[in-house]
Amino acid sequence: MRSNQGWDADRAQARIQELERLPGALLPILHALQDEFGYVDKAAIPLVARALNLSHAEVHGVVSFYHDFRHDEPGRHVLKMCRAEACQSMGCENMIRHVENRLGIKLGGTTEDRSFTVEAVYCLGNCALSPAVMLDGKLYGRVSSDVADFLIDEAKRHA
Amino acid sequence: MSLKIFVPGDAAALSVGAEAVAKAMTQQIASRRLDASVVRNGSRGMFWLEPLVEVETPRGRIAYGPVTAEEVPGLFDAGFLEGKPHRLHLGVTEDIPYLKKQERLTFARCGITDPLSLSDYVSHGGYRGLERALTLTPQAIVEEVTNSGLRGRGGAGFPTGIKWKTVLNTPSHQKYIVCNADEGDSGTYADRMIMEGDPFVLIEGMTIAGFAVGATSGYIYLRSEYPHAFRQLQRAIAIAYDKGYLGENVAGSGKRFDLEPRIGAGAYICGEETSLLESLEGKRGQIRFKPPLPALKGLFGQPTVVNNVISLATVPIIMDKGAQYYRDFGMGKSRGTLTIQLAGNIKRGGLVEKAFGLTLREAIYDFGGGTASGRPLRAVQAGGPLGAYFPESLLDTPLDYEAFAERKGMLGHGGIVVFDDTVDLAHQARFAMEFCAVESCGKCTPCRVGSTRGVEVIDKIIANQDRVQNLELLGDLCEVLTDGSLCALGGLIPFPVQSAVRHFPEDFDKPAPPPPAFEASKTQETPSWR
Repeated sequence: MRSNQGWDADRAQARIQELERLPGALLPILHALQDEFGYVDKAAIPLVARALNLSHAEVHGVVSFYHDFRHDEPGRHVLKMCRAEACQSMGCENMIRHVENRLGIKLGGTTEDRSFTVEAVYCLGNCALSPAVMLDGKLYGRVSSDVADFLIDEAKRHA
Repeated sequence: MSLKIFVPGDAAALSVGAEAVAKAMTQQIASRRLDASVVRNGSRGMFWLEPLVEVETPRGRIAYGPVTAEEVPGLFDAGFLEGKPHRLHLGVTEDIPYLKKQERLTFARCGITDPLSLSDYVSHGGYRGLERALTLTPQAIVEEVTNSGLRGRGGAGFPTGIKWKTVLNTPSHQKYIVCNADEGDSGTYADRMIMEGDPFVLIEGMTIAGFAVGATSGYIYLRSEYPHAFRQLQRAIAIAYDKGYLGENVAGSGKRFDLEPRIGAGAYICGEETSLLESLEGKRGQIRFKPPLPALKGLFGQPTVVNNVISLATVPIIMDKGAQYYRDFGMGKSRGTLTIQLAGNIKRGGLVEKAFGLTLREAIYDFGGGTASGRPLRAVQAGGPLGAYFPESLLDTPLDYEAFAERKGMLGHGGIVVFDDTVDLAHQARFAMEFCAVESCGKCTPCRVGSTRGVEVIDKIIANQDRVQNLELLGDLCEVLTDGSLCALGGLIPFPVQSAVRHFPEDFDKPAPPPPAFEASKTQETPSWR
C-alpha cells in the first residue's frame, strides 16, 4: 500500500529530477511516478517531456504502450492474477471468476469503495505453484478460491 | 560452531509461507537459547516441497518439507537440529532422487549458498571463471565460449560465441552487455531462480562477457513482475561494487565494468531483443528491423551483446572448467545442460538441470510424477506461449532444439506446462491468439491485425459457423503470420494454434456453444490502454 496519495506536481518534479540524467531515463521516471502516486497522472506528461526534451506525444506514447502504467488512481490494494497457461492448467480461470464475483468487478476494474483493483497478468514466474497471484507486490502460490478469499479478508482487515 | 538452518528466500518459497517459517525458526532459536542461525538460501527448485528447510549436520544437509510455521516448534522438539526423524523428514538433501539425478552446472550453487554472501560464492567456486578469463586474450575467451557449444538459452538457440565474436570484431568507443531477464514465457522461472538464488554468477558471467568483447557497461533488463529478484540483484550488485568486483578496477585487473539493473513495464514483447533495446532506451517496446543486428548496432546504436540470463550465468562454469567439460554434456547440436522447468498441472513441479537429451516423458513422469490432479495427461506445452501443444504420443521427443523443431515444436527457454484431460485445446488456441493480440507491439500488420482476426475465426470455429471453411481460413492466416511477421511473436503464434488443430482435432469438432471457461475471458473488460 502506498502512503502518499494524491497528485502533487512538486513531488513529481522532485522524482523526475532524481532520474533525468540516466541514459534512457523515461521508464525509470515513469516507474518512480507510479511508485509515488500509484498511477501516472496526465499532468506528469508535460513535466517529463520538458525534463527529457521529448514531445508530449512521445511520452504519452510510452505511457500508453506498457501495461504496467496506470492512467487512474488504483484501489488501496492491487491484486494481480495470472492468467497464463501454467495457471490455466490449474484452474486459474475459475479462481479469477470467483474473485471477480466476490468483489463485483471485472479484471482491470476497481471496487466502488476503492479498496481493490484487480488486474490480469501473464506469468509471475511461480509456475510450479500455480495458480499464482500478486497482492500489493507480494507473490502467492497455490491460490485456490479459498486462499484468494483469505488474502482479500486479510488485506481488508489491515486497511 | 553455530548451527545453520536454511530457509529459502526465493520468491516461490515465500509465496507458500517461507517468511513465516523463517520467523518462527528465529523465535524458537531465541526462546530455546540455541547457538544457531537462519540462512536465507535460494531454492533447490523442488517446489512441491517448499518451504524446504535444511539443517547442517555432520552427515550433510538434512531436509524437511513442506514446513509450515505451526510445525516449527514440533521440529525443534523432535530434534531436527541433529537431523532426527520427523513426519516432514526427507533425509540428506543431496540424496533426494529428484536432485541426485540432475547434472547441475549453471545451478551448482543455487539453494546451497547464501545468495548475498560473496565469501560463500567464492568458496563454492565463484569467480574462478573470471580469474581464468583475466589470463586470456578477448579472442581466446570468445573461442572458449564458442567451443563449449553454448547456445542462447532464451529460446532462439543461437550460438553465444558467434554473437560475441561479432561484437568483439566491431570497433567502437562504447559497447554494451545487455542481459535479457524479461522471462515472460508461462512455465518458466529459471532466470528468476538464479537471480534470486545465485545473483553473483550472473554478475560474473556479464563481467566476463564485457572483457571478452570490450564492453565496459552492462544492463540487466528485468521484467516488472519480478520485484523480489530486482531487490536481490540491487543488493548483489551493490556488494560486488563494494568488494571491487564491479567498477573501474574489477578484481584488481585494472579493467572497468559497470552494471545496472533496469525494470521493464509489463510488455511480453520486450523479451524480443530489439524491443528490449528500444525499451532500455526509454521508448515504446516496438521491435526493430534487422539488419542491422544488435551485435553491430544495438543499445544507443552501439555494438551490443544481448544474452539471456541462463546463457550468461553459464559462462563462469565454462571458463572455469573449460569448453570441453561443458560440451561433453548433451546430444547432437545441443551441448551442455538444459534447465528444464516443470510447471502447471504436475505433481512435482520444479527445476531440473540435465544434459540435453532427456525425453519429455522422462521429465514429466520420472521427475514430475505425472499430473497434480491425478487425471490423465492430455497435452503438454513446451517453450512458452509460442510453443506447440504436444499430445501423449509425442512424449518420447528428446529435449533437444532440433528434435523439437522437427516435430513443429519449440524447446524455447525450457518451460514445460502439463495439462490434464480437462483442457480444451480450442480454448487454448483461442487464448494463444488473444495473448498475441494483447501483447503485439503493433509494428507489423500480420501480427497486429492477424491476431485479432485469429481470435474471431477461432470463435466462429467453436460456434460451429462454417467450420470447414473457417479452419481453412485459420490455416491461411497462420501461414501469413509465419511468413509475414517481423519477429517471433507473430511468427511463432501459429505453433500453439496449429498444433492444437493438428493433434487435437476433436476439440474443434464439438457442438456449439463455447465452454463457460472461455465465456469469462470474452466478457472481460479490457482496459482501454491494453
